[in-house]
Amino acid sequence: MSRGWRVNLLGAVLLLLLTWLIVYPLLLVLVEGFRGPEGWTLGFVRQFLAHKNDGEALWGSLWISLASVVLAAVIGVPLAFLFGRYDFPGRRILGWLVALPAVLPPLVGVIAFLFLYGESGFVSLLIQRLMGLEQAPWELEGAGAILLVHAYSMYVYFYLFTRAGLASLDASTLEAAASLGAGRWRTLRRVVLPLLYPALGGAALLTFMTSLASFSAPYIFGGGFRVMTTQIVATRLNGDNELAMIETVSLTLVALIALWLLRGSRVLDNAAAGSKGTAPMRVRVQSGKARVVLGVLGWGLAVLLLLPHLTLFLVSFVPLGTWTTEPLPPAYTWRNYLTLVEDPVRARPLLNSLWLAIASTVAAVVIAVAAGVLTVRRRVRGRGAIEALLALPWAVPGTVFAIALATAFSIRAPLAGRFVLIGTLWILPLAYLVRNLPITSRAILAGFRSLDPSLDEAAATLGAGRWRTLRRVTLPLLRPAIVAGASLAFVTAFGDFVTSIMLYTYDTRPISLEILSSLRQSDVGVAAAYGVVLMAVSAAVFALGADRGSGG
Amino acid sequence: MTFLQLERLTKRFDNTLAVDGLSLSIERGEMLALLGPSGSGKTTTLRLLAGFEVPDHGRVLVEGEDVTRVDPVARRFGMVFQHYALFPHLDVGQNIAFGLESLGVSGEELQRRVARALALVDLGGYERRRISQLSGGQQQRVALARALAPEPRVLLLDEPLSNLDPSLRERTRREIRELIRRVGITTVLVTHEQDEAFDLGDRVAVLRGGRLEQVGTPEDLYASPANEFVAGFVGRSSGIEVVVIGPGERGVRVLVEQVEWDLTDVDEAPQGPALMVVRPEALRLMAPAPGALAGTVTERRFTGAASLFTVVTDGGSSIEVTGPPRSVRAGERVGIMPSRRAGGGIHLFPRAGK
Repeated sequence: MSRGWRVNLLGAVLLLLLTWLIVYPLLLVLVEGFRGPEGWTLGFVRQFLAHKNDGEALWGSLWISLASVVLAAVIGVPLAFLFGRYDFPGRRILGWLVALPAVLPPLVGVIAFLFLYGESGFVSLLIQRLMGLEQAPWELEGAGAILLVHAYSMYVYFYLFTRAGLASLDASTLEAAASLGAGRWRTLRRVVLPLLYPALGGAALLTFMTSLASFSAPYIFGGGFRVMTTQIVATRLNGDNELAMIETVSLTLVALIALWLLRGSRVLDNAAAGSKGTAPMRVRVQSGKARVVLGVLGWGLAVLLLLPHLTLFLVSFVPLGTWTTEPLPPAYTWRNYLTLVEDPVRARPLLNSLWLAIASTVAAVVIAVAAGVLTVRRRVRGRGAIEALLALPWAVPGTVFAIALATAFSIRAPLAGRFVLIGTLWILPLAYLVRNLPITSRAILAGFRSLDPSLDEAAATLGAGRWRTLRRVTLPLLRPAIVAGASLAFVTAFGDFVTSIMLYTYDTRPISLEILSSLRQSDVGVAAAYGVVLMAVSAAVFALGADRGSGG
Repeated sequence: MTFLQLERLTKRFDNTLAVDGLSLSIERGEMLALLGPSGSGKTTTLRLLAGFEVPDHGRVLVEGEDVTRVDPVARRFGMVFQHYALFPHLDVGQNIAFGLESLGVSGEELQRRVARALALVDLGGYERRRISQLSGGQQQRVALARALAPEPRVLLLDEPLSNLDPSLRERTRREIRELIRRVGITTVLVTHEQDEAFDLGDRVAVLRGGRLEQVGTPEDLYASPANEFVAGFVGRSSGIEVVVIGPGERGVRVLVEQVEWDLTDVDEAPQGPALMVVRPEALRLMAPAPGALAGTVTERRFTGAASLFTVVTDGGSSIEVTGPPRSVRAGERVGIMPSRRAGGGIHLFPRAGK
């Protein structure tokens, strides 16, 4: 095979690139955690184990994540059944609204909750007024606050996965169960739920991992409550570098163990993958009373879910320093939005986030397409390793990667593949790229797998060379997968906070950090305006992805 | 004159020899069918011809030119894929234009040739249709038109009818045959259906385990199979273990279970055990009688002018025999004798030992 070695060489280059970007920084963290001034040592591990705060933080991360899974499932699964299996007035629009928390980037969701339920939030002040209380009825702080935000933003995983699972059920399966004499409950217990297990496992894993890596909620609401992500950042800022490394290693281990325990679940499947057979018909809710109850419940729920979005929108019109103790802001202005455009200092983060997200998304798509060609089509040697490396960053919390990249690219040692990137323009796009690789490549590799290889061969018999085949046949057919992967990647990068907070420089400060600093200066209006922009762009990109992605 | 030549092609995948020293010569304008069960290497052979696989040994020659290592892109062999592989994001016209554009055809000339290719398959005016709007039969014709439009040197068809409803197959088969005759292109097709191979192929090459068992016209294969595999694979037949005794009064005398038959019209066979392969029409049914092979009818299948009876002999062999419809019923005791005019429907293949 004369062409073989060249393709395998390209595969090796890709493998090397991914190793350098993903594995190498993580290994350096491991090394630094076990290496003191006098060589190898377990001193930092001992320090970690002796440190009461660290144990607390690890335990906090664990139980918060487990509780988030339970809460998210309790909300998401019944909702999915309601919207997936029953038909009632307003089902379509409500079913769509229910997925809305997905367009709130983590930090934006957190500040929306702050404006709503915080000490001087709308709801808190309203209740305080109504009940004539001296102070806010509750304190939005600690584990409860974190769980509230997690439940709100993560039930969507259970909702979407369960709905996709329900939609992929073959109606004839249910009919078969019925014809075998199984009633509704037995069918649910013996047929529907077992068929949904992979989807539910996938949602559980996704929720657990997201919650383990969650940073914004504990950072803003944590108070005295410790979780590992915030602990790592705090230790690092304290200058306790080696201890931060060990903390990072411990968090990574927890993540990898969770991944191993739930390895059978179906996260890596494309939720939109088609199915054979026809999905079961929805049951039309007939009884008038039930329809009214469902309608009221549905709309009530929709309002509850939309409150954070609406709050953000409202607050974004509040001029600086005008809203203090009133339940509703007394004055409104366009100023905040104008500032974002007119003030070069304010506009800078918007442009930064935009180019950072675009650059990292484009790079991720290019790498994913190359990986698709090399692993799925050309089946190069080491393709298993390439795919594993592409998926790996998904299992590793963003904080960990931020630390790892900061460690790897803080010194200049070209022969060891290390350069000083920290403090330069390059570190953030690189970090976003690494974080985006799993999402993009998952979608694009699935797209490659669903393509009939004989399409490529047909193009070849018709005289089309590799480039023409890629350009005219493969890429157009992959468009839905590329758009889906790219839009997810873009939205994640555009709203990123976790990695940015550790790696940004003043010149590359992204929106999320500007939101934080506006908040610190009590400029809630501008913070909310940034949040609305983030939310609107995320929603628009998602909509574009859903629209353009399904065409063709 | 040989147009397309396969010279001792050998291809190994890991530990299996997919194609093993295969040589074939195909005339210009000829249709050759590669027939064999799954795993016989017929698809690999087709892919070697198309250039998707490179053989470990051997050559592929077109008019004396060695194309063994020519990339599929440059080989100018048209191919119709089993599942058609039409580009779903391009319309019918764009699909057909695809190969022409590779040749640098453009503008009005391109439109003209697309229209001509579509007219060829009776789909004139279908240029702007989407692939998903076409029926299975229409998709197949588009695939054929797309393969033919760039005027390839050789046309390759991979199981061209396997994706169609049975009711559509016969008509499509006829259309394909006429079309290819009209175009006059040298064609190699792969199939596991004997009917398809016999109907479409000027000659049929029977493959097994990557080796060529026999190549010839359908008539040749049926009347004089080279070995028991071909005899069994091509057409209906039953196999019975017999012992060749030697020359009889007329023809060759064999011992079939408890009776002796004199077979005319068979090739000479050495004395000793042999497998007798018999076409159903080479036997006849009669009332049980001395000299006839005794058995019980187990199944009757109506096939039109005659019925096909399955008889299990007292010795335990299962034999298919044609006879007039309704002549006997299942469960009845019958005798079997060779027809008076067996017409080359009985073959003896000596058993191992030599």
